[in-house]
Amino acid sequence: MSAASPDSTLRFPHRHLLGIEGLSADAITMLLDIADTYVEQNRKPNKTLSLLEGRTVINLFFESSTRTRTSFELAGKRLGADVINMSVQTSAIKKGETLIDTAMTLNAMHTDVLVVRHSESGAVKLLSEKVNCAVMNAGDGSHEHPTQALLDALTIRRRRGKLQGLTVAICGDVLHSRVARSNILLLHTMGARVRVIGPPTLLPSAIDRFGVEVFHDMREGLKDCDIVMMLRLQTERMQGRFVPSVREYFHFFGLDREKLAIARDDALVMHPGPMNRGVEIDSELADDIDRSVIREQVEMGVAVRMAAIDLLTRDLVEDAA
Amino acid sequence: MSKYRTAYLNARLIDPASGLDAPGGLLAEDGAIADVGAGLFADGAPEDAEVVDCGGMVLAPGLVDIRVQLRDPGHEHMEDIGSAGHAAAAGGVTTMVCLPNTDPVIDNVAVLEFVARRAREVKLAKIHCYAAATRGMQGNELTEYGLLGEAGAVAFTDAETAISDAKTMQRALSYASTFGHIIAQHPEEPALCDGGSMNSGEIASRLGLSGLPPVAEVIMIERDLRLVEATGGRWHAAHVSTAAGIEAVRQAKARGLKVTCDTAPHYFALNEVAVGDYRTFAKVRPPLRGEDDRQAVVAGLRDGTIDAIASDHSPHDQDSKRQPFAQAAFGIIGLETLLPLTLELYHNKHLSLAEALALVTSKPAGLLGLTAGSLAKGAQADLVLIDPDRPWKIDEEAFRSKSKNSPFDGRPVQGHALRTVVDGRAIFIHGRGD
Repeated sequence: MSAASPDSTLRFPHRHLLGIEGLSADAITMLLDIADTYVEQNRKPNKTLSLLEGRTVINLFFESSTRTRTSFELAGKRLGADVINMSVQTSAIKKGETLIDTAMTLNAMHTDVLVVRHSESGAVKLLSEKVNCAVMNAGDGSHEHPTQALLDALTIRRRRGKLQGLTVAICGDVLHSRVARSNILLLHTMGARVRVIGPPTLLPSAIDRFGVEVFHDMREGLKDCDIVMMLRLQTERMQGRFVPSVREYFHFFGLDREKLAIARDDALVMHPGPMNRGVEIDSELADDIDRSVIREQVEMGVAVRMAAIDLLTRDLVEDAA
Repeated sequence: MSKYRTAYLNARLIDPASGLDAPGGLLAEDGAIADVGAGLFADGAPEDAEVVDCGGMVLAPGLVDIRVQLRDPGHEHMEDIGSAGHAAAAGGVTTMVCLPNTDPVIDNVAVLEFVARRAREVKLAKIHCYAAATRGMQGNELTEYGLLGEAGAVAFTDAETAISDAKTMQRALSYASTFGHIIAQHPEEPALCDGGSMNSGEIASRLGLSGLPPVAEVIMIERDLRLVEATGGRWHAAHVSTAAGIEAVRQAKARGLKVTCDTAPHYFALNEVAVGDYRTFAKVRPPLRGEDDRQAVVAGLRDGTIDAIASDHSPHDQDSKRQPFAQAAFGIIGLETLLPLTLELYHNKHLSLAEALALVTSKPAGLLGLTAGSLAKGAQADLVLIDPDRPWKIDEEAFRSKSKNSPFDGRPVQGHALRTVVDGRAIFIHGRGD
C-alpha cells in the first residue's frame, strides 16, 4: 500500500464540506487537483492507500441512495479508513430517535468523518454544529450536493482543460435539485457561463439572481453550449402538477439528437444519475460514448470523494503524527 | 361567371381593425379577399364575377364568437357541430371558439382533432377550440399545454368550472407561460356559490331562492390577478358581470398586467328582473345581476376594460330547463342573438357602429391571436352583410339551434345578418332556406 498523497502540505480552509457556497475558486481548485491524482490512483491494480489507516468514516444516510453511498464507501476504503454504512430507515430513527441524538451517539464513538445525506435542506449543517468530527454533505434536501458538483467539474475540466468561459446548460427540474444548485454555484465561481432551461414550474423563484441565464425554450437555450447537463425528473413530478405528462416533457425539454444538434458539435452530455431514459434523455443518446460522459462522471465521483475526505482529515493526520 | 370570384358592390365597409368605415366594395377570389377599399367598384362590377349588390348595407368581417359551447361530442341532442354551424351562420358568426366541456372533455390532442375534423366536414363557421386547463376539468393535473397548443388549442380553460385551487391556478399560469398561452378563468369562488341559482338580493329573497353573490366574482378575479402578477402569466376572465369585477380588471390593466376579459350580451341587455316568475330561460351563471352591475358592464364596454363580447352559447334541451328553478340547468343560447344584442349598444348610443362591431370581430380575434375578424387584403373572405337598422322580433321558433333556451324570445331588436360568407362561400342568405 502506498502512503501519503502528494501535495500533503496543502490545507483545506474549512472544517466541514457542507456545500459549494463559501468555497473560493482556490479551494475548489485544490479539491480538483487532488482528485485528479486519485483518478490515476484508482486506475492502478492496487488501489488502496494507507493514508487514513485507523480512521473511522461513517456514512450516515437518512435518505436512501445506493450509488452515492457506494461511491463514498469506496472512497473511504481506498484511503485505508474503516467505513461503516448506516442507512437510517432501519435504525433508531424509526424508534423515534432525533437527528441530533443519532449524531451524538456516533460522535461518542469517536468518528473522524461523518458523511451525511438527509431529505431536509439544512439538516446536515444542523448536525455539523453538534459533533466534533468533520462532516461531509452528501446531499441535503434541495439545498446542496457539493461532491456531485465537484465531480461534474472534474469531468469537464479533464475533457475541456478548463472551466472558465465554457457555456453550460443545466436542464430540467432545477426546482427540486440540489445538484443543480451546487453546480450553479461552482461553475459561476469558476467563471463558466451558466444557463438553466426548463418550464417555469420547474425553476426556483428568483433563479435569475444566481447569475444564470434563464430559458424556457430549450432550442434557444442550447445554442452554442459546450456542456449539456440533464437533471432527472422524478415520476411524481410528471403527473400534472409540475409538468403534464412524460411525452410533453420529453417533446419540449428532453434531450434527443435533434435538440443536441443545436448545441456545439462537440458538446458533452452529462447527467448526475440515475437516468429516466426517455423522459429527460433519449436512451440511445445516453449510451453514445462520443457525446455522453455519464460513466466518466461516476468514475470521477470516487476520486473526488477521496480528495474531499483526504482534505477534511489532514488536520487529524497531523495531530496524530 | 366564375363561381370563385364574387364582387360586393355598394357596401358600407366597416373594418374595425383598420378603422375603415366608408362606402366601397370588396372582391373575394378563391376564398380570400383579393381587394377591398373605399370606392372600389364605384364604377360598376368587374367582369367575370358573381355580383352581390349590398344596397348600402354594412359589409363587415364575419363575427368571431370566442365562447361557444358545442355539446358535441357527448350531448348532441342539445346541439351538434352541424346545428351550431347553422345557428352561427344565421347569426353572422364565421368563427367560433368552443369550450372544452364536451364529453369526452377536450383535454387531449385526439378529441381536439376530432372537433377540428368535424368542423371541416360540416363546412360552416370555422371552429377553434379551447383545451381544458386541467385533466377532465377536475382542477388538479395540468394538461399538455405544449402539445395541445401545437395541435391548435387557442387557450386553456376549465369552461364553466372555476379553477378554484390557488396552487393549481398558479401552476397553470406558470406552465402556460412556457409557451405564451392564456389561461381563461370562469371567475367565481365556488365555496360562496354553493346551491345558488340567481343573483343574491331582494328578488332572490322574495322568490325564496339561494343566491349567487356578486362578491364571489371579484374575490376570484382579485386572487387570480395576484397570481398573474407573481407568475407573469396571461389570463382572461370570461363573462364578467359585476361592477367590482370589472373595476378589478380595469386597475390590473392600468398596472400593466397581461389580462383581458369578455362579457355576454345578457349581462348588458338584461338584469335580474328578467328572472320574473321563475323563468328558467333567464337562469345563467354568472347570474343576471342588479341594474348597477348591468350599467357597469355597459361602462366597461365603453371604456375598453371589457375586450370582447362573446355569446357563451349554452344550449340546453327543454327537459333540463322545465324544472323548479333551483334544479334547472344554467345557460342561455346566444349564437343567433349575439349580433342584434350587440347592436343595441349602438342603437342606444353607447357605442358607434364600428366600436360595437369591433367587440365581436377584431377585438376577440386579436385577444386570442386568431387570423380572423378583419377585412384585410389577403385575409380569408369571412364576411357578414348586415342591415343594422332592420327591426325584427327575436323568435325562438326560428332559431336554427337545436335548443331554444333564450330569455330574448319576443324581444324587439334592430339589426340582422343578411348574408354570411365563409372562405368566399355564402353559408347563410336571409330569406332563403339554407
